[in-house]
Amino acid sequence: MSDTSKTSLLALSPRTKQRNAAEKRFRAYGVAAIAIGLLMLTVLVTNIFSRGTGAFQQTFVTVNVELLESKLDKKGNRDLEDIKKVTTFGYNPLIRDSVVAKVEELGIQTDLKAKDLGGILSKGAVGQLREFVIANPDKIGETIEFRFLAQSRVDGYLKGRVHRESIGNDKSISAEQLDLVDQLVDAGVIVKSFNMDFITGADASDQRPEAAGIGVAMLGSLSMMFVVLGLALPIGVAASIYLEEFAPKNRLTDIIEVNISNLAAVPSIVFGILGLAVFINYMHLPTSAPLVGGLVLTLMTLPTIIISTRAALKAVPPSIRDAALGVGASKMQAVFHHVLPLAAPGILTGTIIGLAQALGETAPLLLIGMVGFIASNAPETLADGLLAPNSAMPAQIYEWAKRADPAFYERAWGGIIILLVFLVTMNTLAVILRRRFERRW
Amino acid sequence: MSFVKLTASALAIAAVSATAASARDQVQVAGSSTVLPYASIVAEAFGENFDFPTPVVESGGSSAGLKRFCEGVGENTIDVANASRAIREKEIKACAEAGVTDIIEVRIGYDGIVFASDIAGNSFEFTPSDWFLALSDQIVVDGKLVANPNKTWADVNANFPAQDLQAFIPGTKHGTREVFEDKVILAGCEATGAFEALMHANGEDKKAAEKACISLRTDGVSVDIDGDYTETLARIESNKDGIGVFGLAFYENNTDKLQVATMSGIVPSTESISTGEYPVSRPLFFYVKKAHIGVIPGLKEYAEFFVSDEVAGSDGPLSEYGLVADPELVKTQEAVSAEAVMGGNS
Repeated sequence: MSDTSKTSLLALSPRTKQRNAAEKRFRAYGVAAIAIGLLMLTVLVTNIFSRGTGAFQQTFVTVNVELLESKLDKKGNRDLEDIKKVTTFGYNPLIRDSVVAKVEELGIQTDLKAKDLGGILSKGAVGQLREFVIANPDKIGETIEFRFLAQSRVDGYLKGRVHRESIGNDKSISAEQLDLVDQLVDAGVIVKSFNMDFITGADASDQRPEAAGIGVAMLGSLSMMFVVLGLALPIGVAASIYLEEFAPKNRLTDIIEVNISNLAAVPSIVFGILGLAVFINYMHLPTSAPLVGGLVLTLMTLPTIIISTRAALKAVPPSIRDAALGVGASKMQAVFHHVLPLAAPGILTGTIIGLAQALGETAPLLLIGMVGFIASNAPETLADGLLAPNSAMPAQIYEWAKRADPAFYERAWGGIIILLVFLVTMNTLAVILRRRFERRW
Repeated sequence: MSFVKLTASALAIAAVSATAASARDQVQVAGSSTVLPYASIVAEAFGENFDFPTPVVESGGSSAGLKRFCEGVGENTIDVANASRAIREKEIKACAEAGVTDIIEVRIGYDGIVFASDIAGNSFEFTPSDWFLALSDQIVVDGKLVANPNKTWADVNANFPAQDLQAFIPGTKHGTREVFEDKVILAGCEATGAFEALMHANGEDKKAAEKACISLRTDGVSVDIDGDYTETLARIESNKDGIGVFGLAFYENNTDKLQVATMSGIVPSTESISTGEYPVSRPLFFYVKKAHIGVIPGLKEYAEFFVSDEVAGSDGPLSEYGLVADPELVKTQEAVSAEAVMGGNS
């Protein structure tokens, strides 16, 4: 007892000091953990943006193309069928000549052959030209100004991805071509500008990464989200209302409950295999269709929605139900008139988070044929959007990351930026909804 | 009530879509990831030049593609399978059992397989023997079969620098692996005399000796890459000593990061492969279901377009991308337009 009599309130005992030190240490750990997390996030975001922003800009070349009648419409009668017989390969000389003419017009001296001069343009230029001619056959014979994409190496050179020192073995570009590019940039013929086609366009083959866009895949993702929303929300809400408000508490409902929680933890690839077996092989739905993708993602999202809906219903105080029942409402009236409106913000938040999760999912799509060179036809109707083969944003990003040309790599990062914008928007919406409508008791 | 109604409508949606599904108007292609870039180049040009929609090309590997191809006849099965190797007897049989009997085999050209390392590292001039001595499980030392003791490239060949052995080779699910085993490891096995020793050790059984030849060491020197060439490239970027196996087209798109090694003194290029000088190459194929021609719009046109001179010829876009044009392209074109099936007397 003599010990305690000596302690003062002002001087800390060793034990208190120890406890205080422990607390300080714990706080430091917490701050360190948050700092590490923030650091990782900064690294990730800066990485994504520094690599991906390039995809939103593209290099364009403006040239005047003479639409030679002798090449495009030999018979000269402007018959569309005859014009269509000229394939894109037949347009190559026109493209070549247009660059040669431009170089001559500017008075640039170069030893390059016509083929190498035309080579600074995208291989997709012929397609663009042919499409124009078929749409405007009356323009044959005239000289028209076109704005073509530059090929990916030229684009990379302007963006700093392709360097002069490292093109020694490259077959697609030569130092002389880069000299020409420098001169054309000075003359204002080659310019770098914002590329809307990346956001709205379709996928392109391995030879023309400069023309690839994520727009069609975005529509694929959108169609899938419609299916998920249209199926998962009503089914999920109906199931949770029944389980929470009406179902008797017995062994059967317990088993169902446990299984729903288990389902939420099932890896998404499993749903992909299930989708392949049931929807494609058994029900004969078309492969690569966003409808099937949507059905698979619905299965994946259902448990998330059910769990969050049940939590939201549980959070509504029983007094509200009791009051409704007390004034003579039927059980259904009590649920639909009083409980459900109060639980709605929670349900919506859960649904949006479930959708965001489904939007970023790639694994199940691998198995139902939504990865590859698929997103090349933009759907024309709603039914087309659901049934015609399409890809999805994360699947498109995965596909680009695999391709050989480094220019696709840049596009993969650009695609990630777009996907992130979508996810952040959805999550912000969920937060706003919760903030504005949530009630606490 | 709402639950019943919803289930009913969900089922109705599924039923409606199932009937709508029976109207496919684009060609569906799946298979080898080596053929994928070529097939997508053709598909894109096909969509531009014809009134048919652009065909859908999925990847997944030769075996997976052929398996799906052999699932049966009908609009919910694929029309064309891409393969980086010829179809096997077993697969033809599986096809026939599912009712897929008339198969048109189309050889589109040749693909070179190259060995490449980091651009800043040492350069190499390989022979198949070097690769056998570097990667095989057992090699012959002083006339006796021993477990491979080589640690650096200098151990393998005195002309090489003392760089640690590290190889990234395609995993067994890739068609490329087979070519690597046949044209490099097996050739090296025979050239170094290990084949005879293994023949002897396996009781003169040729098959067993071949199998022993291509069994590679498992001590981490040779790493199987099951992913794509982009993964191999990433491995080399993180381990500068590594040497990877790539397709010619992939190397040609990444010449700023990779340097290519010669094989038996020949630099790989579309020219040296088409003349047959560069030894490590293989034919690429696609297979068409004859039963689908006339049912799926544009299928025959797609096949014909693929092998046309403008596309698969030596000046075409495929050759520009890295495909080695087939010298017998005319024969292939005739076979495609005649719809000559495999095993037929066409």
